[in-house]
Amino acid sequence: MRGAVIPSVLLILWEAGSRAGVLPPDSTSRPSDIVRAFAQALADGSLVRDTWLTFEAALFGFAIAALLGILLGAILGLSPRTERAVGPSVEALRPIPAVALIPLALLVFGFGVRMEAAVVAFAALWPVLLMTLSAVRGVEPRLLELSRSLELPFWQQLVKIVLPAAFGRIAVGLRLAVAISLVVAVTVEIVLNPRGLGHSMIAAQQALRSDLMYAQLLWLGFVGWALNKVTQR
Amino acid sequence: MIAARPVGVSFGSRQVLADVSFDVPSGQFLCIIGPSGCGKTTLLRVLAGLIAPTSGEVTADGKAVRGPARSRAIVFQDYTKALLPWRTVAGNVALGLEACRVAEPQKSRRIEELLSKMGLGHCAGQYPAQLSGGMQQRVQIARALGQDPQLLLMDEPFGALDAITRQGLQDEVARIAAEQKTTVVFITHDLEEAIYLGDQVIVLAAAPGTGAGRIAERITVEIPRPRSQLETREDPRFLAYRHRLFGLLKH
Repeated sequence: MRGAVIPSVLLILWEAGSRAGVLPPDSTSRPSDIVRAFAQALADGSLVRDTWLTFEAALFGFAIAALLGILLGAILGLSPRTERAVGPSVEALRPIPAVALIPLALLVFGFGVRMEAAVVAFAALWPVLLMTLSAVRGVEPRLLELSRSLELPFWQQLVKIVLPAAFGRIAVGLRLAVAISLVVAVTVEIVLNPRGLGHSMIAAQQALRSDLMYAQLLWLGFVGWALNKVTQR
Repeated sequence: MIAARPVGVSFGSRQVLADVSFDVPSGQFLCIIGPSGCGKTTLLRVLAGLIAPTSGEVTADGKAVRGPARSRAIVFQDYTKALLPWRTVAGNVALGLEACRVAEPQKSRRIEELLSKMGLGHCAGQYPAQLSGGMQQRVQIARALGQDPQLLLMDEPFGALDAITRQGLQDEVARIAAEQKTTVVFITHDLEEAIYLGDQVIVLAAAPGTGAGRIAERITVEIPRPRSQLETREDPRFLAYRHRLFGLLKH
């Protein structure tokens, strides 16, 4: 409850400041206008639609990153020889900022969900891959010997022994990847992909609808928070 | 029948085992004993096919062992690390059967059979962490038996258990091995356990100088089965074996 005091006071000052003409009207809408813009965007369905478009791309990219990251991480973690061969390439690709791949992704996929998902997947791949790699390396050696002595095929070793044993730490990587996915999806939309929440925000800003932009920003904050809550369980 | 034809193992420049040869006829119970650090566990891992010997070879029924196989089941000493903590007791036992592609309904029947054989019937749905050490080791043995192994490799399986639990499990393993005519190689650092369980006892000792484990002595235990914790241990032959081997285990 005490935590609500500061935001409430700020909101009241903000509203009063706008009405008194102290705050610049272009960049700071009144809280009351923001609430109205939010209600309107919710009512006409644009907010929900944009959220879904952003989610679609983020989840698509995340799914690719999760699948690839777990598979690659497990293979590299289980086979030091493959790790020595592939490791340097991973280290060379990893430092590339994902958003720097936006032009390339545009060239390959054009506008739309696929190029956005591709950039998201590149960004979200690394935490999953690296966490899986170290988690798999940390799996109790007895269990690996057990699965070898049972002559389990590679796939079953993975599904029955290695991944469950490593799951706790892989989950940490996945959680990081979810957060990154949302950030990158919105970024791609703000920069150039004409879809989703990010695009609507930049459109609102360019139309001088700062009330709508603030409404979307607050909504995005809520979505990020909610996503974090969901993945922490 | 499993045979080691002068097996030597080196890790880098350090020799761990040198010139270890023996035969274990089918159905025989071999105990390998020695002070810690003499290469017992390494030898067991070579027999399992988990590591390749640097020199010599291990053969199972005349064929060279080139890697691990389901027909050679391992029971590890550290049961807490060798069981799947996310599977129930029944689930852990099922793993061996799954590896052998046993389908339902035989699978459930075999699980039940193995659980009751190892006295685990009442805790099928519990998780390993909920069980005592002795019970967890029973789960591991049940899982190994589920593989229907020709050779059971046991690495100090009762080393971490209290004396009473240990004696109970010794008798069960002896009974099951006799019933199923499984060949057993049993590693231990307990001399009396080795004599009590074994048809053959091999003493490993570190060679002076190199420190590599080699066979210092081997005996055939001629005490009839079934053996009994009370009478066998008081049998003059038992005591004679004990006297003979005791000196070898001192550093």
